[in-house]
Amino acid sequence: MDAILDTLKPRWNSFRESLYLLARNKLSLLALIILVALVLLAIFSPVIVPYPQDIADETHIEAKFSEPSSEHLMGTDELGRDVFSRVVYGARVSISSGLMAVAIALVIGVPLGAVAGSFGGWVDNVIMRITDVFLSFPPLLLAIALVALLGSSLTNAIMAISVSWWPWYTRLMRGQAISIKERKFVQAAETIGTSRIKIIFKHIIPNCISPIIVQASMDIGGVIMTLASLSFLGLGAQSPTPEWGLMISTGRSYFPDKWWCCIFPGLAIFLTVLCFNLLGDAIREILDPKTRKK
Amino acid sequence: MIKYIIKRLLSSVVVLLGVITLTFIITRVVPSNPAVKWAGSRATQEQIAQASIELGLDKPLPVQYVSYLNQLLHGDLGTSYSSKQPVAKELAQYVPATLELVLIAFVLAIIVGIPLGIYSAKKKDQLLDHCSRFFSIGAVSLPTFWVALFLQLIFYKTLQLLPIGGRLSVTATVFDTQPNVTGLLLLDCVLTGKWGMFRDALSHMILPCITIALYPVGLVSRMTRSALLEILNEDYITAGRSYGLSERKMLWKYALKNSIGTTATDVALSMGYTLTDTFLVEAIFSWPGIGSYISEAVTTLNFPAIIGVTIFGACCYIILNLVADIIVAMDPRIRL
Repeated sequence: MDAILDTLKPRWNSFRESLYLLARNKLSLLALIILVALVLLAIFSPVIVPYPQDIADETHIEAKFSEPSSEHLMGTDELGRDVFSRVVYGARVSISSGLMAVAIALVIGVPLGAVAGSFGGWVDNVIMRITDVFLSFPPLLLAIALVALLGSSLTNAIMAISVSWWPWYTRLMRGQAISIKERKFVQAAETIGTSRIKIIFKHIIPNCISPIIVQASMDIGGVIMTLASLSFLGLGAQSPTPEWGLMISTGRSYFPDKWWCCIFPGLAIFLTVLCFNLLGDAIREILDPKTRKK
Repeated sequence: MIKYIIKRLLSSVVVLLGVITLTFIITRVVPSNPAVKWAGSRATQEQIAQASIELGLDKPLPVQYVSYLNQLLHGDLGTSYSSKQPVAKELAQYVPATLELVLIAFVLAIIVGIPLGIYSAKKKDQLLDHCSRFFSIGAVSLPTFWVALFLQLIFYKTLQLLPIGGRLSVTATVFDTQPNVTGLLLLDCVLTGKWGMFRDALSHMILPCITIALYPVGLVSRMTRSALLEILNEDYITAGRSYGLSERKMLWKYALKNSIGTTATDVALSMGYTLTDTFLVEAIFSWPGIGSYISEAVTTLNFPAIIGVTIFGACCYIILNLVADIIVAMDPRIRL
């Protein structure tokens, strides 16, 4: 029976076409290339950085605050650690935590949205009012309050961001679920007596997921930025983790004289977030033929 | 229309109630010992007992909830344990400075962002359009706290043109008292005719304002561009053009009017983001606003102050959303 249901499902089969459209826009192609490079850098950073021991709290007080030179490309910080090594390793921390936060938000938000959309009635009402409440906090503030409650750490910052981010996915998923639940394959599944829960997880979510994945990929940049902001306030990663926001926050005490401790980690945040945003923009353009260039 | 506004107002009240309930859960239900959190990390036994009384922890949760609502209705946000002052009173002192920054960013978003958006829609796919597009994506990708530091490096350290932070120079406050009419310093200086102080305050304001305005300017110009482009593709515009109406008239008279609703919503919503951005920027420029207040509260784990700012921020956000929705509803094309 499932095989018959499968033939009724719509398919998003334009992966090659999307890739072609993406490659046509030079700026987004560049963003994609940089991003792939950044991810590779993040994965292999412990092996490729010049001073791997500086990632932890090893100190070389005698070499503190060396200006950028050929030996230390981005100079050294207040403990004499190589800023370049720490910035490169920071990509690993930021990208993985950003992905983690988005993933947790998806795990909370998507099923709730699917349930709200497909059940309707009071269930829908209750879930959507709860999302309204969460969405009426300015993005950073709820996260600040939650971390203040849970205690400052990278894990808690990730949790706090997920808790303030999931309602967006719930809203999106609900809209998708409402539009898809009238489709024939869902109705067919209902007719043969498939359980509601099975319909939601087997038929509704898999068929609504692509716009949500797109939204999520567009959000990663924002999440990385929020995480850096929390770390900057001292609520995220704790020393000696080489997190960009934390590095800026520590370097601030010696700013503007020892500018390199702040400026380079900031550039890293900018580059990463910019690439994610450019790519998100391109993906949206691909999916929305209205704005596509002829 | 009136019916819609009333309905929308009521739903805002419900959301506000939800916000209050959520903060109640965060402060009293989730922590294992709320009084310890509320009294701070270095509290003595007496202070914890005091906090316990303030929170009414000896009573059952529903009773606590009702008294919590009652306190908030009377504007009581608890007592900051570092200064022993009511949080609401402290907030009232800090809000005008933040408001001043947000208002200027708001004005800049309108007078720079909207024309930039119009111009790049008009010159779509030309050099200026590409530049403004890159600027707007860049502006939303830059960490504001880093931009603040970068501007300090250039304009304070390298060029020595502008002050590093604060609201007034020390010298300005030594010779003259700070006027306090509206709390908005620039306006107060104009009202009291203190032009020397006005100049000083203005020079202190330039860097924080540029930093904060970057995000709304980028966002608004991008949104204006896309709203306008969508409308310029409509049939009635093509019809107007084929009648031989000038491009200028089409743009300013017919297209722009129809994109104002979307733009207004974006401006209102970007203000919400701007508010949180100011928090980080204020801390860097030692600007005496709620941002400095909350970042200090965060470092000392001053829980009542953090929750107070959170409730205040959520209220601002709800009001901005309400205003945005009402602006949209004023569009006669939307039948309500």
